[in-house]
Amino acid sequence: MIISVASGKGGTGKTTISTSLALSIEEEHVQFIDCDVEEPNSFIFLKPDNLQKKSATVLVPEIDKNKCTFCGLCQEICEYNALVVLKDNVLVLPELCHSCGGCSLLCPEKAISEVDREIGTIEMGKRNNIEIVYGRLNIGEAMPVPLVKMVKKYIQKTNTVVIDAPPGTSCPVIEAVKDSDYCILVTEPTPFGLNDLKLAVGIMRELNKPFGVIINRHGMGDSGVEEYCREENIEILLKVPFEKEIAVAYSNGIPLVELYPDYKKKFKNILNMITNIVEERAKTKIIQERQL
Amino acid sequence: MKVIVTSEGKDLDSKVDQRFGRAKYFMLVDTDTMEYQVIDNEAASQGGGAGVKAAQITIDSGAKVLLTGNVGPNAYEVLKSGGIDIIVGVNGTIREAIQKFKSGELKSEGGPNVASHHGLQ
Amino acid sequence: MKQIVIISGKGGTGKTFITSSIAAIAENNVISDCDVDAADLHLMLSPVIKEKHIFKSGKVAILNKELCTGCGECINVCRFDAITPYENIVTIDPISCDGCGICARICPVGAIEMEEKVSGEWYISETKYGPMVHAKLNIAEENSGKLISVIRKKASEIAEMEKRDSIIIDGSPGIGCPVISSISGTDCAIVVTEPTMSGLHDAERVIKTARHFGISPCMIINKYDLNIEMSRKIEDYAQAEDIPVIGKIPFDEEVVEAIIKGVPIVEYSKGEIVDNLYSIWDKVLDILKLKDERIKKDAIK
Repeated sequence: MIISVASGKGGTGKTTISTSLALSIEEEHVQFIDCDVEEPNSFIFLKPDNLQKKSATVLVPEIDKNKCTFCGLCQEICEYNALVVLKDNVLVLPELCHSCGGCSLLCPEKAISEVDREIGTIEMGKRNNIEIVYGRLNIGEAMPVPLVKMVKKYIQKTNTVVIDAPPGTSCPVIEAVKDSDYCILVTEPTPFGLNDLKLAVGIMRELNKPFGVIINRHGMGDSGVEEYCREENIEILLKVPFEKEIAVAYSNGIPLVELYPDYKKKFKNILNMITNIVEERAKTKIIQERQL
Repeated sequence: MKVIVTSEGKDLDSKVDQRFGRAKYFMLVDTDTMEYQVIDNEAASQGGGAGVKAAQITIDSGAKVLLTGNVGPNAYEVLKSGGIDIIVGVNGTIREAIQKFKSGELKSEGGPNVASHHGLQ
Repeated sequence: MKQIVIISGKGGTGKTFITSSIAAIAENNVISDCDVDAADLHLMLSPVIKEKHIFKSGKVAILNKELCTGCGECINVCRFDAITPYENIVTIDPISCDGCGICARICPVGAIEMEEKVSGEWYISETKYGPMVHAKLNIAEENSGKLISVIRKKASEIAEMEKRDSIIIDGSPGIGCPVISSISGTDCAIVVTEPTMSGLHDAERVIKTARHFGISPCMIINKYDLNIEMSRKIEDYAQAEDIPVIGKIPFDEEVVEAIIKGVPIVEYSKGEIVDNLYSIWDKVLDILKLKDERIKKDAIK
């Protein structure tokens, strides 16, 4: 089962929740997949050992100038302005390339091959029963989505998997949550939190993804988020109170369940609830398909 | 000789557009006759790679020299490969820029003078 | 006319609260909300929308079901997992589709066409503190720098026309394309961080990004008294990296109250935090003056 943790707004406590959730799962094999490749920081809380690092690459075109006739078709095909065909030269601009493979596929002279270009790194480690995988986008790279896809490839569905999604509502977030069975949205009880929660809920509904909300720093703001959830029939899974001790522990890289071990039980209950919801959904889907 | 100057407007008294990739217009000027042609910069509406497209437009225009404010690394690479002389740091009006060029006041650059994406202002 | 951008690397450090404060303190400015993915600045500045524009970016593949024979050639070439078999033909997921157009090119019966995509909207509004240009990116759209460059270009045009002194830009979190677009060509980039390990880690990455694109940032440590030791670590880091710390703001409950009220803190509170913010703005003006003097010196050389 795959559970993603997302937030709409950044800084609501997504990583606080996702890491504590993972630390509360008492199974033999748990995977924590950090898809916030621009600013991964789950490792600060999970402190993995035995770190391995791999280069993460994407494919970009390479032109064989001996075979090239400078016909210009590849430039015509490329939607991203990554190829420029001049009188007697072809330029490749690799950072603009989206690796669609079209130029290589359609070159009439078969003059284009695809080669690797590094966009970041993937790091892996272990902490007790949790295998941690996170991606780190190289500075200056503009596109996070390919790296998110690569990090996700490490998922083994036989485990319980927790995915830490990036903040926001654009492409990399979609990529991180779209294959999960359930999504936890973490928010804070303020107008900013509410504004961004609504955007995140929009995504969940667009993706037809079962989801629930965790309110972090409960008590610091107003009741807008709770009212919204009530009106929209959205399950509030947990309210973590606004407490200086929790904030200080976070600032020092100490997970919530390490500070307050009682929270492990709360997260286990949430996990059970999610498991039931996901299983129910699977059963309903099978019945619907049989009826068709 | 034919030169391209990035321009904010459609005549010789317009100001030199400091951007290349997302400049408003390209003025193709014959420095001998001062006859000119206004080219709309289609590259400005590109999501990515505006500099690349603008460089292509410049090369296709037949100009030998580019006068502009700034050029980023992608555009620079394409322009150089296309045999275009690049002069940056040009300001004032189009007319003034051409005058300075003709009198030999402006010099060609050794490399791109701004980092990538600078023109996105 | 000067452009000042506020960024953070990590979300939630208080970037938008600080942008709204600066917008309220600075005189004669244009405001630009470039945090298009999860825009919040409008909640503080109450903009009244005067103009609305559609934003188109990229293409999406559309299937003509009548023509499709279900041969599956498109599925073979799609690198974005956007096409799957469905009933006897195929279906294209517009969310996964990257708009590369290869499927349309190779379809043997011409059943796929590429259409321009509406990715969002952008607005020109009026606020109490000056004109504001902001946008809303549709869900699941690629947040490239293009929408941000449209916003910034419009903000520049308005600033030129109305002879405004500065453009205050609320930047995107992260380090990718949207941030790069937010910071390019600005005169002052302020990194807002918080005294946490994550805050330091993420600030380091956004500062590296800023430098990679030729921008020298300065820093504000928000909620600094939450962890004095961590704050000191951040100050040490800033000093070692030659980054001026232009402000240290203590945690203040009035900030949340002001956010709930939807009013910049400088209008809501009479407390120390307001003095703090005014002195931050003075430091920004100093930095801008220094930059001007340096440019003049270089020009004389």
